Amino acid sequence: MLKNYFKIALAVLKRRKFFTFISLFGISLTLTILMVATALADKMFNPGYPDYNQHRSLYVERIEIKNTKEGWMNMSNLSFYFFEHYVSRLKTVYKMAISSAQKSSNAYLNNKKLVIGYKYTNADYWNVLSYRFLEGKPYGEREIKNAEQVAVISKKTKEAYFGDEKSVIGLYISADNINYRVIGVVDNVSGAARNFTGDMYLPYTLAKDSKNTELMGSYNAVLLGRTADDVPRMKKEFTQMVNKLPIPPDFDKIYCNADGFKTSIARRMAGDSNSNGITKVIAIGGIFVLLFLLLPTMNLVNINITRIMERSSEIGVRKAFGASSKTLVYQFIVENLILTFIGGVIGVFLSLLVIYLINESDYISSFNLTMNLTVLFFSLITCFLFGLISGVYPAWRMSKLNIVKALKA
Amino acid sequence: MIRLKNIEKVYRTATVETLAINRINLDIARGEFLSIMGPSGCGKSTLLNIMGLLDEPSKGDIKIDDQDIRSFSDKKLANFRNEKLGFIFQSYHLINDLQVLDNVELPLLYRNSSAKERKALATEALEKVGLSNRLKHFPTQLSGGQRQRVAIARAIVGRPQIILADEPTGNLDSAMGNEIMEILINLNKNEGTTIVMVTHDESMAHKTHRLVRLFDGSQVQ
Repeated sequence: MLKNYFKIALAVLKRRKFFTFISLFGISLTLTILMVATALADKMFNPGYPDYNQHRSLYVERIEIKNTKEGWMNMSNLSFYFFEHYVSRLKTVYKMAISSAQKSSNAYLNNKKLVIGYKYTNADYWNVLSYRFLEGKPYGEREIKNAEQVAVISKKTKEAYFGDEKSVIGLYISADNINYRVIGVVDNVSGAARNFTGDMYLPYTLAKDSKNTELMGSYNAVLLGRTADDVPRMKKEFTQMVNKLPIPPDFDKIYCNADGFKTSIARRMAGDSNSNGITKVIAIGGIFVLLFLLLPTMNLVNINITRIMERSSEIGVRKAFGASSKTLVYQFIVENLILTFIGGVIGVFLSLLVIYLINESDYISSFNLTMNLTVLFFSLITCFLFGLISGVYPAWRMSKLNIVKALKA
Repeated sequence: MIRLKNIEKVYRTATVETLAINRINLDIARGEFLSIMGPSGCGKSTLLNIMGLLDEPSKGDIKIDDQDIRSFSDKKLANFRNEKLGFIFQSYHLINDLQVLDNVELPLLYRNSSAKERKALATEALEKVGLSNRLKHFPTQLSGGQRQRVAIARAIVGRPQIILADEPTGNLDSAMGNEIMEILINLNKNEGTTIVMVTHDESMAHKTHRLVRLFDGSQVQ
């Protein structure tokens, strides 16, 4: 039976090439955009390297200080002082990776400007996060304490700054007229891992704002628990600590959250201090996908109706020889699924091409988008739904055709 | 085999009501070869469609093989058509996208028969109509007579008890028409298949067991 459906589906596709082109173009383009969007979302929500301990980590990125009566509000990253003075005293926090927001400096090589993004970190940053060291090692407490001008650089920076040099350990890299001794080189981090990507990492004691004793600053942190079970306890202890923070003059409320990884992204994208933004992100994403699928689906429904009605004689014959309405609905849905499957395969190849072009363009540093199993799974589900939705209505309408009228058409 | 009692068919539009079939009573015995004649628009095809359960009468009862089919669900009706009835149309109604063999297999798709069984039965049916050398051809590669023979093979492949033929020789020249008629006569004689045929051709009608004439929807002979 399926073989027969397959034969006829292919024959129908060959029959009206322009319709087939329009259908396949619509399906494959829609799927390509959705697949690339899924790959982007996947990379954003599952960036992997170097943050492999997400299951036992909490992320602290911003603080809001409000005057609820007057409606004033200050919002920013946090100070190093906040983490060192308050968070490091929490009993449930096993280790803490503190890093500053990325700043830029200019280096000049052969009269060519090289922009180097750098961030300051503490020593435990290298213990909490699993950077792959290609050579050398990270700085530790001693270098931090002595405020040594040492740097860990990325592979990309090494290649851009030192060219073909085999080993760069002990060499100096100059940024904003300061010479830093390179002590380690790490593999590039994808730009999607916003808090961890950088061209150069420096001891926080070199930062001008490390002595700032206000709550607000330019740092964020990853709080690591001993096990995943520690995470709820860590969150509770963190919230209790925030509630006891001294409130600066002119303000009456402090908001600061320690969130799981995905929640921290949702809060950054669509939330605020009171709402984690997950519902909003899911709703916006859902509406986007729905609208994006709805338009080509409606187009496909129309094309399918035209195509199916052209086959009314065949429908009449099938019914006359014993096909029930249900069997015909099934046949036309299967045929439509075959069409969308072909569109899906083209879509996968187009997506691979687009992903390759995005990666090649290096628009987002070391992004390395991939078509992994998750993306492929979602693509196949989308493809299946697309075929089903766009096939059901035309198939249902066609199955209601009167046999005699169908044969006369 | 087929019993029609007071069958009426009325077509209604917003302003006009047309009586296409007027109180037809007809008994067709098992193994009978009956032809229906009459001028164009007299209701021959409508009557055949009602017998073939392709159309519903406005009034009256219809029994096939002693079963009252008016209470049948869509699925049961489809199964009944599949098992008991075979159709031959004037314009063949073959599916041009499918090869001859696939066209003939079509009724068997709606039964629980395996691909192997389907192929064997379809090949056998095509042998009966002398087209065993055209299995892989497409309908558009065949002559009118050959196409009608494929349509006959499709009608008989499921071994139905009744064949309903709507002007099967209408689009063919006399030689081809005679060939097709021979096949139908042999089918009736050798396999005992009940055949009801609508025709305009007096000479073809006289080759059948009984002739029914219609005029303006009523039976006149």
